[in-house]
Amino acid sequence: MIIYGVALLAFCFLFGKMIGGLLGHLIGIDGDVGGVGFAMLLLMLINLYLKNKGWLKEPTNQGILFWSFMYLPIIVAMAATQNVKAAISGGPIAVVIGVVITISGFFLVPVISKIGKHDQDS
Amino acid sequence: MIRILENLVDKNGLLFAFLIVGVIMWLSFWASKQLTRNKIPGVAIAVLAGLGLALFGGKKGIADIPLFAGMAVMGGSMFRDFSVVATAMGADLDTIRKAGLAGTVSLLTGVTFSFFLGVLIAFFMGYTDPVSLTTIGAGACTYIVGPVTGGALGASSEIIAISIATGVVKTLVATIGTPMIAKWIGLDNPHSAVVFGGLIGTTSGVTAGLAATDPKLVPYGAMTATFYTGLGCLLCPSIFYFLVNGFFN
Repeated sequence: MIIYGVALLAFCFLFGKMIGGLLGHLIGIDGDVGGVGFAMLLLMLINLYLKNKGWLKEPTNQGILFWSFMYLPIIVAMAATQNVKAAISGGPIAVVIGVVITISGFFLVPVISKIGKHDQDS
Repeated sequence: MIRILENLVDKNGLLFAFLIVGVIMWLSFWASKQLTRNKIPGVAIAVLAGLGLALFGGKKGIADIPLFAGMAVMGGSMFRDFSVVATAMGADLDTIRKAGLAGTVSLLTGVTFSFFLGVLIAFFMGYTDPVSLTTIGAGACTYIVGPVTGGALGASSEIIAISIATGVVKTLVATIGTPMIAKWIGLDNPHSAVVFGGLIGTTSGVTAGLAATDPKLVPYGAMTATFYTGLGCLLCPSIFYFLVNGFFN
C-alpha cells in the first residue's frame, strides 16, 4: 500500500528531526541540526535493509517516490514565498558567489579525478 | 461570483498553490524547450520565475497576497524537508560504494570547498554574523542546502533568499558552462563525471550540464550529485556552523 511508503518516510523524517532537535538542544541552538541529513541516512539504511529482505513492495516505493518528485515544485513554491525584494537590495552577492564557486569547482574536476585514478591504480 | 471564487481559494489555499506551481512548471519547461532549446533547464527557469513572483509581495513573497497564501504552506519547511528526505530514495548506500573513493573525495571536497569559499566571499562583501555567513555558504552548495540550513539556524528571510539565489546562479552556470568547459577539464569519461557530480552537486545543473556535454555521462554525475544536498544538509548547520561560529564570534 502506498500509505506504507508515506508512513515510512514520515517516520524517517520525524526521527531525523528528533535527532537533529536533540543535537541542537545539546549544543544550545533552538532548532534542528542536520535533521534532514539524519532522516535521509535513516531512509537509505531502512530502504537497503527492506530491499535485501525483499520486503519493499512497489506501492510502498511509490509512496516515497511521489514525494521525491514533488521536491522541485515545492522548491518553486518556496522560492515564490521568499523575501526576494530584500535579497535584491542585498546586492550582487548571489551572482558573485554562484559564478566564482561553480567555475572554480569546474577546475577542481581534473585535480580530484587524478587522486581517484591514482588510488584505483595502486 | 468573485466572492464565491475568493471563498473557494481561501478555503483550499494549498490545492490552489498546487495548481499555480503546476502552471509555472509547465510554462517553464515549455519556455526551456521552445525558447532556449533546453540550454537552460526548465527547473532553473521555474525557480527563477518563483523568485520573480515573490517580488509582488514582501516579507513572505507572493504569499503576502491573500489569494496566494497557500504557497506559504506548500513552500513551507514541513513539505520542503519531507520531500527532500524522500529524494534519498534515488540513492541507496550501494551507490556510494560503487562511486568509489573518487566520488567520496569529490563530495567532501565539493561541499567543504563551496561552503567555505562562499563564506569567505560573503565575509568580504560585508556579512559578519555567523548565522548569515553559514546560510550564504550553504546556499553556495545548493539552493536546497541554503534554506534548510538557514531554517535550522533561524536566519532571516532576506538571507535565505540570497542563499537560494546563490544556488540558482550555480545551477545556471553549471548548466550553461559545463558543455563549454568539458574538454578543458577532461570531463569525457564516467570517472571524471562521478567527480564532477560530487564537486558541483546541484543535481539539476549537473544532469542538465552533462546531458548537454554527453548524455552517457549523466547517470555517473547524478550518482554523486544526489548525495551532495544530503551531505550539505548534514554538515552545514552542524560542524560547519560551529567552525564559522568559532571563527567569527
